Amino acid sequence: MTGPIIPLDQLKLGTRARITAIDWAALGESEACRLRHFGFDEGVSIQPLHLGPFGRDPLAVRVGRMTVAIRKAQARAVKVAAEAA
Amino acid sequence: MNPVPLVAVAGNPNAGKSALFNALTGARQKVGNYPGVTVERHVGKAVLPDGSPVELVDLPGAYGLDPSSPDERVTRDVLLGKQKGERLPQALLIVVDASNLDNHLRFTLQLIGLGLPTVVALNMVDLAKRDGLELDARRLEQELGVPVVETVAVRKRGIAEVMERLGGLLLEPRKLRAGEGPTHDLLQLQRKAREIAMNAILRETPVRRITHQLDGVLLHPVAGPIILAAVMFLMFQAVFSWSVVPADALQAATLSVGNWVGNALADSWLRSLIVDGIFAGVGAVIVFLPQILILFLFILVLESTGYMVRAAFIMDRLMSHAGLSGRAFIPLLSSFACAVPGIMATRTIDDEKDRLTTILVAPLMTCSARLPVYTLIIGAFIPAITVGPGIGLQGLILFGLYISGIASALLASLVLSRTVVKGGDGHFMMELPKYQLPRLADVAIGLWQRAMIFLKRAGTIILATTIILWALASFPQAGPGEKQSDVSIAGHIADGIHAVVAPIGFNKDISMALLPAMAAREVAVAAIGTVYSLDSTSDQGAQTLQQRLTGRWSLATALAFLAWFVFAPQCISTIAVTRRETNGWRWPLFMVSYLFVLAYVAAGATYWTAVAFGLG
Repeated sequence: MTGPIIPLDQLKLGTRARITAIDWAALGESEACRLRHFGFDEGVSIQPLHLGPFGRDPLAVRVGRMTVAIRKAQARAVKVAAEAA
Repeated sequence: MNPVPLVAVAGNPNAGKSALFNALTGARQKVGNYPGVTVERHVGKAVLPDGSPVELVDLPGAYGLDPSSPDERVTRDVLLGKQKGERLPQALLIVVDASNLDNHLRFTLQLIGLGLPTVVALNMVDLAKRDGLELDARRLEQELGVPVVETVAVRKRGIAEVMERLGGLLLEPRKLRAGEGPTHDLLQLQRKAREIAMNAILRETPVRRITHQLDGVLLHPVAGPIILAAVMFLMFQAVFSWSVVPADALQAATLSVGNWVGNALADSWLRSLIVDGIFAGVGAVIVFLPQILILFLFILVLESTGYMVRAAFIMDRLMSHAGLSGRAFIPLLSSFACAVPGIMATRTIDDEKDRLTTILVAPLMTCSARLPVYTLIIGAFIPAITVGPGIGLQGLILFGLYISGIASALLASLVLSRTVVKGGDGHFMMELPKYQLPRLADVAIGLWQRAMIFLKRAGTIILATTIILWALASFPQAGPGEKQSDVSIAGHIADGIHAVVAPIGFNKDISMALLPAMAAREVAVAAIGTVYSLDSTSDQGAQTLQQRLTGRWSLATALAFLAWFVFAPQCISTIAVTRRETNGWRWPLFMVSYLFVLAYVAAGATYWTAVAFGLG
C-alpha cells in the first residue's frame, strides 16, 4: 500500500516515503551532483523531518541513513510515494 | 634517498576524518595552503611499527571524485597526482562512518578503483552500536578487497592497527591492482554501495536516535531560533567580556617591552622605528588576539558538535533574501567582533560565489575596533539625554550605527550577488551530521592553528605596513620651530587627503588621522589624540580629548566622521586576509574601492544634511 506520487516538498513532515523518480533535468548540474552524493535515487527511503522556521524553508529530510537540508525549490524535483503506516 | 612515504587520508565530510588524523599524528602537524587555491593543507608525521617515519596528509572531506567545491577539487587532484605542491601518495587511508555505510561506501568504492594500496578505517563504530547497528568488518573486508580496521578515533581505538596495516602495505613493493580506474557512474556505484552495506550489517535494532531527539528541540520552529539567539548572545558576551583581561595584559606587556627597549636604545631613528613603529603598530593588532581566539573557540565548538549546520539551516531563508545562503550567517555574525576571523570562517561556504560575496560585505558589520571611535565621538558630541522611557540618545545613535552596518551589508550583498559576483548556486544543500561532544584535543589543535595564522600575518604584512606608515610620518625630520606633522611625507599626504575630504566636512586634523587609521580603525583615536596633544598649550593640558574635540569640530563634521567609519575599510588586517582568502589583489582592491566610495557618499550626505539643519 503506497500513497499517490507527489513532490517531496508537499509530503507531510514525519511521513515515511520512497523516492519514485527524480526530475534530474529540473536541477542545475551541481545541484544534481550533490543530490546524487547525498544518495538520492529511486527506491531510497525518505522522510521529511523539519522545516526552516522562517518561511517554512529549507527542508531537512532523512534520506537513507543521512539527514540533509535542501531548499524546497530543489525538493520539488524529487517525486515520492508515502509508505503505508 | 627516497622521500618519506606519503599516505593520504580521505573520506566523506563528517566521517570523523580529522579526528582520526589528529589521533594518528598528534600535535606533529603543519597547516599550509595549496598553491593557487584557498584550501588548507594539513600534513602530519607518524611512525610505523617498524620505526620508519611516514607522512600523512589530511585531504578535504569529499563526497566523490567529481568535484563540486574547491576543496573536493584538491582531494581529487592529489589522489590523481595532479595537485601542484603535493606528490602522489603511496597509500590511501579511507575513513568511513560506520553508521552511514550506504553513503560513504560509494566514495570508498570510487577511491579503491584508483588502485592505490588502501586501508579502510571503519570509524565511529561505538556510535553505530549506540544507534543499534551491528556490523561485520570481516565481511566488509571481503566485499571491498582491502583491509578494514574498526576505529573510534576520539578514543584512539584501532589506531595501532591502522598503522600496522599501513606499514604492511608500504613495505611490500608497490603493486597496483588491476585498477579499472575510478568509475563516475554515481548511481551504479551508489547501488553497489548499498548492496555491500546491506551485506555487512548483521543486525539493526531501531532506537530513538539522540540526534533525532535533539533536532526536535534545536530545529523546532519556535524554540530553535530562540536557542540560536541565546547561543549567539552568549558568544558575544564571551568575546567582549572574557577578552578584556587578556587583551589588557597583552597591551600592557607590549607597551612595557616597548618602553624597556626604548630606554635601552639611544634616541635615534632606530629607536623611533622600534618603539613608535613596530611596538605601537603590531601591538595595536596583537591586542585582538584574545577576541579572535575566543570567537574561534565558539566557532570550533559549534562546528564540531554539529550545531553550526543547524544554525545555517535556521537562518537560510532570511539570508536568501540578501542573495546569500545560511552558510554566510556565522561568518557575518563573527565579523561583529572582527572581520578577520569572520572572513577566515567563510571557508565553510562551499559555493565560491557565495563565499566571495560574504567576504566582500563582512567589513560592513560593525567590528569591535570601531567602538573606540564611536564611543569617543558620541561621548563628545551627543548629549547624554533620554529621548524616551529608558532610551538614551547616545545609545540610540550607537544602535543606529550598528543597524546602518547591517542594512548596508545586506543591501551590498544583494547588489553584489546580482552584479559583480553573480552566478552563485542559489541553493543550500548540506548534510546535517550527528551531534557529537567536542573533543578538547581537537579544539585545542584548531585554536592553535588559528592563532598561528593570525600571528604570522601580524608578523609579516602588518609589520611591513606599520613600518611604512611610521617612515611616512617620520621623514623628513622637522627642523626647529616646525611641526613634524607638517613637514613629514605623511603631512603632505594629509594635505592631499584634505583636498579630497574637505567637501564632506573633514578638517585637516581628521585628514591627518585617516592615514595611520589604515592600520586599524581605532588607531584614528590615538592619532587624533596625538595631533591635539602636540598642538596643545599648557593651560589646555587638563582638557580631555573629548573636550578638545567639541571645541574644534562642528556637530555636522562629527556626524560625518561617524558615517565615514560605518563604511571605510580602514583595516590592514582585513585587507591582508581578503587577499589571502581570495588569492590575489583583485578582490581586496575592489572591496577597498567600493567601501571608500560608500564611506565618502555616506559622510558627505550626512554632513550636508546636518549643515542644512543648521548644525554646521
